[in-house]
Amino acid sequence: MSMENALPISHAQRLWLYALGGLVMLFLIAPSVIIVIMSFSDSTLLEFPPREWSLRWYESYFGSLEWRDATIVSAKVAVMTAIVATLLGTAAAYAINARTLRLTGAINALLTASLIIPVILIGIGTFFLYARIGLNNTLTGLIVAHTVQALPLVVLTVLSGLRSYDMNQEMVARSLGAGRFSAFFQVTMPQIRFSIVSGALFAFITSFDEVVVSLFISGGETTTLTRRMFNALRDQIDPTIAAISTCLIVLSIVLLSAAQLFGRGR
Amino acid sequence: MSLASASLDHASHRDGVINADALRADARRESRGMFALLSPGLFLVFAVIIVPIGWLFWLSLFDESGQLSAANYARFFDQASYIKTFVTTFKVAFTVTGACVLLGYPLAYMLSQLPRRAASICLIFVILPFWTSVLVRTYAWLVILQRKGLVNTWLMDLGVISQPLPLANNFAGVVIGMTHIMLPFLVLPLYASMKTIDADCLRAGMNLGASPAATFRQIFFPLSLPGLASGLVIVFVLCLGFFVTPALMGGGKVIMWAMRMEQTTSLYSNWGAGAALGVVLLAVTLALLGLFHWLLGTRATGVWSER
Repeated sequence: MSMENALPISHAQRLWLYALGGLVMLFLIAPSVIIVIMSFSDSTLLEFPPREWSLRWYESYFGSLEWRDATIVSAKVAVMTAIVATLLGTAAAYAINARTLRLTGAINALLTASLIIPVILIGIGTFFLYARIGLNNTLTGLIVAHTVQALPLVVLTVLSGLRSYDMNQEMVARSLGAGRFSAFFQVTMPQIRFSIVSGALFAFITSFDEVVVSLFISGGETTTLTRRMFNALRDQIDPTIAAISTCLIVLSIVLLSAAQLFGRGR
Repeated sequence: MSLASASLDHASHRDGVINADALRADARRESRGMFALLSPGLFLVFAVIIVPIGWLFWLSLFDESGQLSAANYARFFDQASYIKTFVTTFKVAFTVTGACVLLGYPLAYMLSQLPRRAASICLIFVILPFWTSVLVRTYAWLVILQRKGLVNTWLMDLGVISQPLPLANNFAGVVIGMTHIMLPFLVLPLYASMKTIDADCLRAGMNLGASPAATFRQIFFPLSLPGLASGLVIVFVLCLGFFVTPALMGGGKVIMWAMRMEQTTSLYSNWGAGAALGVVLLAVTLALLGLFHWLLGTRATGVWSER
C-alpha cells in the first residue's frame, strides 16, 4: 500500500480497469490526433491514414485572404481580451480575497455568472443590446463580450493563487513604509504571478475559441476565425479546416505548456 | 493610519487608545477601495449579461401586438414543434450524461489509483481536449462519423457492413460528439473528489474483513458520490443549453433548445418567443443547480459524518 489510496484489487481487475481507462483516454485524444494527421494529406477526400502527404491545406489556409483576416481579427480580440480580463479579474480577485466587503456570495455569483448562464442566452442578449448601442460587428463589442466570458476564469485562477499566499507579507511591506500599490506590485504580485499568467492564458484561449457569442455579434470585417469555420462547416467539409484545426490544437498545447512552465517557476 | 484596519482585531482587544471612530472611517475607506477594484468587472457583467437578459425577460411578457400576455409561454404547451424540441433536448442531455458517467467514472477511478506522476501524465488526455476548441472537436467527429467518414470506410473495407451506418447528422452523432465535449467536465471534479478520499477509511474497512469489492462498494463509491453528483449536474446543465455540436452534427433533424432559440431570433426575428425560450432555459438551469446544491449539501455532510 505505497500509493495514497489504492484499493488492493486483484491483478485481473486492475488490468480491466486500465484497459477501460485507456480506451476512454483514446476516445478523448483520438479525434485531435486524427485531425492533425489528416491535415497533412494530399487528398480532397478525407481518408485516413492519408496515402499522399502534402502541405496544400496549410497553403490554402495561409494563402486565403478571408481566412487570414479572420485569424487576425481573432488574434487581436484574444490579446485585448486577455489584457482587459486579466486586469479586471486580478483586481476583483484581490478585492474578494480581502474580505472586507459584505455580499461576497452575491459578488461571486455575479462574477462567475457567465460560466453557468447558457451561452446561447448570452449571445442573443449581447446581440440585442449591441444592436441598440451600435457595437455589433465591432472589435470593441467582441472584446467586451469575450472579457465577460473570460473574467470568471481569471478571477477563480487568481483567487486560488491568493488563497495560498500569506497576505500578511503585504501588510509587513506596508508597515515598513511601502505604499499600497508598491506593496502589491513588489511583494504580492511576484508571488502570485503564476496564477495571473495562467489566468491571462486561459482568457486568451477562451476568447480565441469562442464560437456562440461571436456567431451573433461578429460579421463583415470583424468576422472571427471560429465564426468563419462554423459557417464553412455548415456548407461542406473543407480539408482546409483540418489545417486550421491543427493550428488551433497546437496553440492550445503551447498555451497550456506555458501555463505549466510558469507553475514550475513559482 | 492606513494600517489601522489590519490591526483592528488586535487593537480592539487591547485598551481604548485608538479612536474607534477613526478605525471605522478607515474600515469604510478600505471597503470603498475594495469596491472600486471590483466595480469595473461587476459593471461589465451587469451591462453585458444581466441587463440584456432582464430586457429579454421583459420582452417575453408581451405578444406581437405589444399587449401584456403569456402567449410567448403558452405556445410551449400547444405547439407540437416546441414540445418536440424539449423532448429531444432532455433525451440528448440524459443520454450524454449517462454516457459520461459510464466512461468517466472508470477513468477517474483509474486516475485516482495511479501513482502521482503517471496520473498527471494521463490527466493530459483529459485537460488537452478540455482546452481544445469545441468547433475543432466537432469537426473531427464529423470527419470520423460522416457517411464517407473514417468509421464507415474502415468497417466497409473490413467487410463488417455493406451500407454506411448513419452515424453523423442524426441523434447518434450529436450524442457522440457531445459526450466527447462533456466528458472532462465530469472527470475533473470526480477525480478531484476521489483524491480526497481518506485511504485510512479504506484500510479500516479491509481490516474489518471487507473484501476489496465490498470496500469499493460500501466505502469508496459512496465517498465519491458528491464529486460524481457535481460532475453530473454540470454536464446535464451544459447539455441543455448546448448549441455548436447539435447545430453542426444534427443534420437539421435534431433540434435542441439552443438551436430553437437561434432560429426563432435570427431566422424569424421573433424576439418575444426566443426570449421566452431563454427565460425558461435559464430558470431550468438555475433550478437544477439550486436543487443539486441543496441535495449535495446534505448528502455531502451525510457521507462525511460517517467518518
